[in-house]
Amino acid sequence: MNSRIRAIVPAAGLVLLAAVPLAAALLDQPFYLDLVRRIMIFAIAALSLNLILGYGGMISFGHAAYLGVGAYAVGVLAHYGINDGYLQWALAIGASALVALAIGAISIRTSGVYFIMITLAFTQMLYYLGISIEEYGGDDGMRLQVKSQFPGLIDLNDANAFYYLVLAILVLALFLGQRLVDSRFGMVIRAAKSNEVRTRSIGFSPYPYRLAAFVIAGAVCGLAGALLVNHTAYLTPEFMNWTRSGELMFMVILGGMESIAGPVLGAFALLLLEDALSGWTQHWQLVLGPLLVLSVLFLKRGLAGLVFAKNE
Amino acid sequence: MNLFLVLEQALNGLQLGVMLFLMAAGLTLVFGIMNLVNLAHGSFYMVGAYLATYFYQATGSYLLGVSLGLAGTLAVGVAVELVALRTLYERPHLDQVLATFGLILFFNELAAILWGRAAIYTTLPDYLAGHVELFAGLRYPLYRLVIIAVGLAVAGLLWFVVARTRLGMLIRAGASNRAMVAALGVNVRLLYTLVFGFGAALAGLAGLMSGPIHVVQPGMGELILIEVFVVIVIGGIGSIRGALAGALIVGMADTLGRAFVRPMLATVLSRTAADTAGPALASMLIYLLMAIVLALKPQGLFPARA
Amino acid sequence: MNRTLLEVRGLRKSFGALLASDDVDLEVLEGETHAIIGPNGAGKTTLISQLAGNLFPDRGRVLFAGEDITALSAPARARRGFARSFQITSIYPDFTALENVMLAVQAHSGSSFRFWRPAREEPSLRSAASAILEEVGLGGRSGVLAANLAHGEQRALEIATALATRPRLLLLDEPVAGMGVEETQRMIALLSFLKGGKTLILVEHDMDAVFSLADRISVLVYGRIIATGAPEEIRANPEVRRAYLGEEVAA
Ligand SMILES: Nc1ncnc2c1ncn2[C@@H]1O[C@H](COP(=O)(O)OP(=O)(O)OP(=O)(O)O)[C@@H](O)[C@H]1O
Ligand SMILES: [Mg+2]
Repeated sequence: MNSRIRAIVPAAGLVLLAAVPLAAALLDQPFYLDLVRRIMIFAIAALSLNLILGYGGMISFGHAAYLGVGAYAVGVLAHYGINDGYLQWALAIGASALVALAIGAISIRTSGVYFIMITLAFTQMLYYLGISIEEYGGDDGMRLQVKSQFPGLIDLNDANAFYYLVLAILVLALFLGQRLVDSRFGMVIRAAKSNEVRTRSIGFSPYPYRLAAFVIAGAVCGLAGALLVNHTAYLTPEFMNWTRSGELMFMVILGGMESIAGPVLGAFALLLLEDALSGWTQHWQLVLGPLLVLSVLFLKRGLAGLVFAKNE
Repeated sequence: MNLFLVLEQALNGLQLGVMLFLMAAGLTLVFGIMNLVNLAHGSFYMVGAYLATYFYQATGSYLLGVSLGLAGTLAVGVAVELVALRTLYERPHLDQVLATFGLILFFNELAAILWGRAAIYTTLPDYLAGHVELFAGLRYPLYRLVIIAVGLAVAGLLWFVVARTRLGMLIRAGASNRAMVAALGVNVRLLYTLVFGFGAALAGLAGLMSGPIHVVQPGMGELILIEVFVVIVIGGIGSIRGALAGALIVGMADTLGRAFVRPMLATVLSRTAADTAGPALASMLIYLLMAIVLALKPQGLFPARA
Repeated sequence: MNRTLLEVRGLRKSFGALLASDDVDLEVLEGETHAIIGPNGAGKTTLISQLAGNLFPDRGRVLFAGEDITALSAPARARRGFARSFQITSIYPDFTALENVMLAVQAHSGSSFRFWRPAREEPSLRSAASAILEEVGLGGRSGVLAANLAHGEQRALEIATALATRPRLLLLDEPVAGMGVEETQRMIALLSFLKGGKTLILVEHDMDAVFSLADRISVLVYGRIIATGAPEEIRANPEVRRAYLGEEVAA
């Protein structure tokens, strides 16, 4: 029974997502296409965070940094007239990986609260860096005049095509993420989270594995940043605002850390909730805040934990 | 470079350092004793600023406004501890971070509802406005001097309480050995509430003093909170001494960096290059400092636990 | 005459004013089972931790097969053939018994920077881990979450994890601690099965276990080794009787 649910839920989810453009067209509500595309982009970011947070036990409070680096990589190249998408996205991934390498190399040497505060602080540094560079718009940011160009492959100005590209990347990220956490590498980072002393005693030093996971997560989130800047057609340092990092963490926790798909569920739950609340009152955060507190206190295994009973 | 300018900026650095210390002291104590990471500490800073401004305007007396602001922040701190945070002490840090993040959203929105989203500029009473001439050629705002004096006085008082009183003995014991405090037969719950409220009041004091210098607006607490994290990481978590050292280092580095990095770069680089790189470097300075300290001493300069 | 596998010279470790290791000298021969006994708080666990690399001495040296390993980390020592079980069970509670052991096998068979193939499905890891679970008597429990195993089974699982690294030296810190009579018997049987094939350092309070397993015994009191010798010698040593064994023998 449980295994049937396990197979049906993702398949049903995929069908639903694939049907969104059609539904939006039939209902003449292009807004929904936009909303779901945005949610899927954040789902990719949350999923990448879960690799280190849920599976690796590294409480990074700075994951929005890579969203920002990825977005700036695209925006800065476009600023200088380079619109080639392959180049832009490769830079987005590469630059985020590099930034993650630098931040990770320092912060993974620490643990606990230090790790939380340091990842947060470094992201804030990048945020201020973004604000201080007038050339790229300072705190106003800049518009992305031309979306990333993939001649012959896809036109991102076509809303449906862009939507399906994001969906395809999400599905690919889910698939690769599952491979990763089940692989030898994935077993080591999970083991280091579960019992670090034991892991060291059987011969693994966790540092290089954790750092590699940190870099992979950063790179994937950088790609999400490249998608996001194309989605919004502008970028600002706000992409790296610390509250973004907090939201990403919430998506992971709300969805559930124990599965690859959990954060996707969490992204939908949080952003749809935000959307609904903000449609209802201007002061939606007054309601959202306490709801989040309650979810931490009472929803220990996330929404995925409600859908799937614990596997024995 | 003008010597007076350097001196003036150094005083500004000291003033920022003192504010950071008031914030860091409460945060680091709460962590050291209750093992709680409280992101909402910045909210008390904001609450203090709003309440003092409100009461000052309502009563017309600055001193009354400040006193009521402090008392109000203390009350809010105690209420938050009793209602929400008490249940979090035994929970993992991840839960604490997320729950207190939720609290921040709540407080910021509440402030926006009560006082609007726009920044509020608060004024000073006449007797605190104006400048004093420190010595010939250096005039410095009186209010900033008052902040420095109040901050240093509080630091001294804190040192006295922690080093010389029974309460301080419990606090020190709690920071190094939590189980011991309970074993001494102390009412731990009460101690926790007390320390938490006290920390909140210190944050409120920092906030209400910052009001007339910066602006009062929703979200003001989080910007300083992250700088306070840098302070704590540099100083060593759980340590008051570390908080003071870290606060002064960060306050100085940040202020002097913003004032002098650009002109200093201009002496080596072209003017436009310095104009671009200067502010960027200045804004990153304290974080780079943190990275260097971490590379050399991962536990900070004054680790509380050996 | 066997070669010396492990040599400890002048090891010293203090926690504040407390000297937990006080100039410890120790020599462990290849293939022997060397028991370390001593009263509670004598510094046995502290010594084992310094041998395994979980703690570093203030002074002194540790030589393994002639190599000075004093400065090596725990993982580096594990790769040279150290394996350890802990006084307080240290396993992966959220992994199955089989996965616990497979991880230890994985640590010693090729690179773990492999990202694609599910580790669970690697036949070589599976078969090696299953064989070891069989050996320690957990063959029928391989699919059970380690958290759900009985205490005795968890202790056996920890030994299996240590064995799976194919160690040259096995450090066992009170393997029968907290076990019932029957479980203790089973553990002693398992250890005597291992004995001879491997070099064992065994910390134990259970004197039945010690005297039936050990080739040589060292007695640790207040961080000092006060005697080392064959079981009969230790039993007869007046200083040992006075410092430690007295109450145990009488009991
Ligand atoms: N990390 C530490 N910090 C401070 N003191 C410690 C630490 N570890 C051990 N000790 C102290 O060192 C002494 C030796 O401890 P150890 O655990 O090595 O003893 P043991 O011989 O293994 O005792 P037992 O038979 O109870 O397991 C004890 O007094 C203990 O309290
Ligand atoms: Mg012991």
